[in-house]
Amino acid sequence: MEREMSAHERLVPRATGTGDLFAVRGKQRYLLILMCMLLCSIMLSLALGAYAVSLKGTVSVLVAHLTPFGDVGSLHPVQDKVIWNLRFPRILVAIVVGVSLSVSGAVFQSVFRNPLVEPYILGVSSGSAFGAACSIVFPTIFFSVQGTAFLFGSVAVGAAYALSRVRGDTPVITLVLSGVIIGSVFSSFVSILKYVASDTALRDIVFWLMGGFYYASWDDVFVSLPIVTLSILFLWSYGWKLNILSMGDEEARCLGVNPEHAKLAVVSVATLLTAYAVSLAGIIAWVGLMMPHAARLLFGPDNRYVLPASALMGAIYLIVCDTIARTVASAEIPVGIIASILGAPYLCYLLRNKGRVIYG
Amino acid sequence: MNTMNMMDVGDLWFSYGKKPILSGASFFVEEGTLCGLFGPNGSGKTTLFKCCLKFLAYARGTVCMDGTDISGLSVSQMARLVSYVPQDHAPPFPFLVKEIVLMGRSPHLRGVFGASSEDKRKVCDVLDSMGLLDIADSPYNQLSGGQRQLVLMARAIAQETPLMFLDEPTAALDFSNQLKVWKLVRSIVDDGVTVLACSHDPNHVSWFCDKVVVMGSNKILDSGPPEDVITDATLGTLYAEPCVRSYSGSVPVIIPRFSPGQIPSFPWGACP
Repeated sequence: MEREMSAHERLVPRATGTGDLFAVRGKQRYLLILMCMLLCSIMLSLALGAYAVSLKGTVSVLVAHLTPFGDVGSLHPVQDKVIWNLRFPRILVAIVVGVSLSVSGAVFQSVFRNPLVEPYILGVSSGSAFGAACSIVFPTIFFSVQGTAFLFGSVAVGAAYALSRVRGDTPVITLVLSGVIIGSVFSSFVSILKYVASDTALRDIVFWLMGGFYYASWDDVFVSLPIVTLSILFLWSYGWKLNILSMGDEEARCLGVNPEHAKLAVVSVATLLTAYAVSLAGIIAWVGLMMPHAARLLFGPDNRYVLPASALMGAIYLIVCDTIARTVASAEIPVGIIASILGAPYLCYLLRNKGRVIYG
Repeated sequence: MNTMNMMDVGDLWFSYGKKPILSGASFFVEEGTLCGLFGPNGSGKTTLFKCCLKFLAYARGTVCMDGTDISGLSVSQMARLVSYVPQDHAPPFPFLVKEIVLMGRSPHLRGVFGASSEDKRKVCDVLDSMGLLDIADSPYNQLSGGQRQLVLMARAIAQETPLMFLDEPTAALDFSNQLKVWKLVRSIVDDGVTVLACSHDPNHVSWFCDKVVVMGSNKILDSGPPEDVITDATLGTLYAEPCVRSYSGSVPVIIPRFSPGQIPSFPWGACP
């Protein structure tokens, strides 16, 4: 009793200091700034392009469609078509893909306790690539490129998971190694398909592999927005548990988090999200590795902030990359190429200057 | 079963494949005491620990904590009953000290975003009482080994469980930090927590523990108060290198036994 009294007394002068120890206002401000940056990049990306539209024109198109105060009929028809039917859905799909890849990247890094993991680690990309290639080479059997890519991406990860499961336990190293094995098997399947494909099909496969948002439509947006929003909210609700999981299985267990259940839940949702993103836009490298890093630089390792922050940053990054991809040259460049080229210097910077901050 | 005991382990069996690690281990820990689990490397201490924490599934036997058989408890129920201080380690992400300690509150969190101001106040309380407030904002994996050990113990204290397990709490620490940690463990016990700590240092267990459980070659050799258990005979069974219990004042000290002629010139016996 006496001990408690003295501890309490010592704390009294710190009554305000106690609140400061866990202050979060700075982090919330950063999140707000990121949201503003996202809005700005959306507006800029809408206005820029082969057919330039003024910011004022862009705003009036958006106002006419999104709010009751405008009249769609009074809009310039070409501007309306370019902004509303072509650029806006494309930007939304870019956001969806950026958010999915970077959030699943953050999740994978925590679960696998390794800041160098990216969401393709379990073989999603090779599986999806095989699916897409199948669909391109045999369009009559696999009629939907997207559907087949998603299916085989999930199959690949499922196979990796099954391969690594030993007596009810899934050791991380085994899981990553089986991901590598399954990935290389599917890569060689893709090579076989490339070998037998006709010239046009081969060209399509290569383009698909480089990633892009050329065919983004409102239908994609309507399907993907609810799926991705729900998955992200689900993963975000695991934010604190992800922190605990990153301490290791035994510690997670003694802190009241069942590692097998939690890992299965978040890894499967993150995998489906990645497979979905890949099926929408092809393979876009680095985003899932880089954005969680950048988020950790700003917010520290707490996943309750890292997840939303990397979601916002991933969205901004892919919007920027896609805008560059469709404006910098007369023909469109696959966005995957731009993302890799822009990403490499950033990663070099991280490696040389911030290694200690991130890797501890 | 004796309900006075905080922990009761009965006839525990475990093996890795065909290699038996535990063959019928039984012991108990009374409430509010510090029990040392003592034995040489490879004697099965850690396995026994992990079985009691349900990290490993034992083949036969029972483990009761606070009167409940743990085989039916869920992970989160276990986490409210027993906390665990692992050996020193470096997590892959640079969490801050306060975040690590807040993790100890997880079993008590309800909502999605969890930590209430009450939880945060408790974390501050623990950090303050252990003198860790100054490093509360430092990244955990840039601390020294001794500080890390203290932070992990702070986390276990913040977990507010009736039982606490410590895995080799002083194995990686220097002499003064070893004493600091053991004294801290004593004060945790004085606050009413029952502690089971494993250690391979006969001096530590005989200086600080109320009771010692001695493990050797996959079974429990003896248990009881340290002065009855840490004897020349026990040490002789455990170690090929003979040791002897001596006294410095009234404090028992275990020292190596030297054959005549080794002392004084070459006490550690490398040269004749």
